[in-house]
Amino acid sequence: MKRVFNALGERLNRISSLKLTLLAVLTALIIGALIIVASDVDNLQNGDILGALSTVGSAYWALVVGSFGSLRAISNTINSSTPLILCGVSVAIAFKAGLFNIGATGQMLAGGMTALWVGFAMDGPGIIQVPLAIIAGAVGGAVFGAIPGVLKARTGAHEVITTIMLNNIMAFLILWLLKTDLFQREDRTDPISKLVSTQGRLPRLFGFLDGRADLIAHIGFIVAIGAVLAYWWFLKYSSTGFEFRAYGLNADAATYAGMHVKRLTVLSMTFAGGFAGLAGAAEVLGTYGYASQNFAGNIGFDAIAIALLGQSTPLGTLIAAILFGALQAGGRQMQTNSDVPIDLIIVLRALIVMFIAAPLLVKTIWRTKNASITVGQSFRGWGS
Amino acid sequence: MKLELRAITKRFPGVIANDNVNLTLNTGEVLALIGENGAGKSTLMSVLYGMYKPDEGEILIDDVAQVFSSPADAIAAGIGMVHQHFMLVPVFTVAENVVLGVEPTGRFGKLHIDEARKMVREISVKYNLDLDPDAIIEDLPVGVQQRVEIVKVLLRDAKVVVFDEPTAVLTPNEIVEFFEIVNTLVKAGRGVVFITHKLKEALSVANRIAVLRRGKVVGEADPATASESEIAEMMVGRPVQLTVEKKSAHAGEVVLSVSDLTVIDADGRTHVEGVSFSVHAGEIVGVAGVQGNGQTELVEALTGLRKAAGGTITLDGKDLTHSNPRERHHMGMAHIPEDRQRQGLVGGLSVAENLVLTRYHDDQFSHGLVVNWDAANLVADSLITEYDIRTPSKETGAGTLSGGNQQKVIVARELSRDLRLTIAAQPTRGVDVGSIEYIHSRIVKERDAGTAVLIVSTELDEVMALSDRLLVMYRGKVVAELDPKKVSPMEVGLYMAGSRPDGVVQK
Repeated sequence: MKRVFNALGERLNRISSLKLTLLAVLTALIIGALIIVASDVDNLQNGDILGALSTVGSAYWALVVGSFGSLRAISNTINSSTPLILCGVSVAIAFKAGLFNIGATGQMLAGGMTALWVGFAMDGPGIIQVPLAIIAGAVGGAVFGAIPGVLKARTGAHEVITTIMLNNIMAFLILWLLKTDLFQREDRTDPISKLVSTQGRLPRLFGFLDGRADLIAHIGFIVAIGAVLAYWWFLKYSSTGFEFRAYGLNADAATYAGMHVKRLTVLSMTFAGGFAGLAGAAEVLGTYGYASQNFAGNIGFDAIAIALLGQSTPLGTLIAAILFGALQAGGRQMQTNSDVPIDLIIVLRALIVMFIAAPLLVKTIWRTKNASITVGQSFRGWGS
Repeated sequence: MKLELRAITKRFPGVIANDNVNLTLNTGEVLALIGENGAGKSTLMSVLYGMYKPDEGEILIDDVAQVFSSPADAIAAGIGMVHQHFMLVPVFTVAENVVLGVEPTGRFGKLHIDEARKMVREISVKYNLDLDPDAIIEDLPVGVQQRVEIVKVLLRDAKVVVFDEPTAVLTPNEIVEFFEIVNTLVKAGRGVVFITHKLKEALSVANRIAVLRRGKVVGEADPATASESEIAEMMVGRPVQLTVEKKSAHAGEVVLSVSDLTVIDADGRTHVEGVSFSVHAGEIVGVAGVQGNGQTELVEALTGLRKAAGGTITLDGKDLTHSNPRERHHMGMAHIPEDRQRQGLVGGLSVAENLVLTRYHDDQFSHGLVVNWDAANLVADSLITEYDIRTPSKETGAGTLSGGNQQKVIVARELSRDLRLTIAAQPTRGVDVGSIEYIHSRIVKERDAGTAVLIVSTELDEVMALSDRLLVMYRGKVVAELDPKKVSPMEVGLYMAGSRPDGVVQK
């Protein structure tokens, strides 16, 4: 018996960071189960532990069914995942260059607005208008993302501060824009935009299935997958991608090697803004068809967790974003089926992020002694 | 007090850092523990100091087995350690630093600083350390700071003092003073463990030498009879060439010309002041000096990492004072930086990627904006073979290699193209004896191929052995130009300390 445990210990010691990520998710699910049990007052009062456990079972089962159990569930998961993937790549590409992009929300709003403008201002055939609007979204996000990059390169202003502030600036700028004659819907007094013309809407992914209006997923998902592929290619083959990686891992070595690190700072934030801008375009042109004051919601911040969870790799970010999207889609089903509030999803996500950020905690819980592995994304701290 | 380590074994996942190590240290004895980087010296001392628990074996003091679960236990048992990097608070006085953690206090925790000063004075007199208890640490030279560390250890009544690479930061003259202190300690009945990788020092100060290789004690040597090359062979496991073999230089035309170079940092401090010199094709010019006398800034200015505040730098007659590092790279300048972890390598990238870190943009490795990794991998394979880089594969993370192999990656990358000028800063710092031998021979080969070479090193032996001409830097100025064949290390040491052999102290 002891041998078995020792062998197990040995195995866990050599645990890879991937396993650690999976363990973090597992730990979060276990703690989530404990929370469900603890909040299942009816069963607990009757001393019915089995009943409480079955609540856990039905809640988690509903999560699975609600996210992947039917075509409709899959469509919902895809729809929730699309902006998360794009913003996840946005945060990840900045992480790769050692920068912390907290501004995905603002960049997404900026991209959404430029895409929207092309979306309703033009009335051409979809085949021309849709790509144009998507590109406009990327450009809008990129320009807005470049601002903190330039500020950092020129003055050393820390991107964490500037991106947070720019999020606020964008939030109020949108409020104003939505009240202008250019954007505001004619018959409305609240800040809500005109509708994107039918031609300008992103085609639905499952549009070929007649009569299934409930399948809301749109081709923004294809754009998101394309973005992940582009990100992968960029890191693996392009010389700028190589510079990003070197700069992110060791800024002194990058400088020594003759890389133009200020240019890299601006470029990485520009690219990050571009991807977040695509997310804005996908939401406005695909999911909603118009812009409201907070169409970006919490996506820009969830994206930070996603990039951390996926360790900023293309595949990892994609999987993490789909996981978060699935939790979102499945959470609604869980609420209906088992009376467990959808807020549990927020708790689960927070727990996952916490365990990813604190690898030592996971190692202690799972008795993986050695501290030689690190996970998560490093970025340069203050004053650098 | 007799200290004994019996059959100590310490394993880490994948490696045995200490394998059945037996050592004894008697009262009034100096034991030198010598071995290459990664031989297990530090692990062994961490076990002794209670920072690691040994997997097997025991520590005995006067034949009584001890269990140390923290450094506090080791200190209580009479073991003191002077670390390579000092653990001092720079803005505190000597007395304040010495009593930190064992402060003599009165009612309500009031610090009795007078008592602390008295204690420092007493120990200082007893061991002839010459310390002023009221001096501020940051004002003191490194050699004196080290003595503060020694007082700290003595105040905690250490019977055995462990020195971890104590001479790495000292000038030749400070090293001599340090050895005198070691002798005083021994005469006072303390035992000393002296960890080093420098053979000469082990021979001159130790009573016994224990050689560690790959976690095992491979032998003991008697300094009275053993020779340097015998010990080196024990360390490396094969015969080693200790002296640099080189023919006399055939200096050609001027390649690098520096005139009146001044470097001032952002805080307005002058690091390099009016330095002028030149390096010719086919010669090695060495820059000696104690660390922190402007060599780092000089190299940074020459390689484009730091702006020159004044003066000019030319390469083959072309002014490059204001060129960036990449432009200098294209003009045929190679740079082996002084800190390989911080500058020379990206530890998180693979060996192959590091082998093109400064060259990925050359036509050979890139088509426009795309890196040609096939070409890079091909070159990586041949460089790994040619430079004997010991790595599991070219995809291995460079940060996981040993210091010597990391340095070989840098040397391979920098020297494997047509060059006009090679600037090497601390080319063998923290590198094992076997790799030192190899790196030196590559540098000499580069010189013989007609490249101008500038070597900056704080290891006096190294610059003296490699250089055809020797410059000495002190407080940002070049204070002497010497012929390394005609001066003794002690003479150079005097220049390094700011005085001249004729006794005049320079300002």
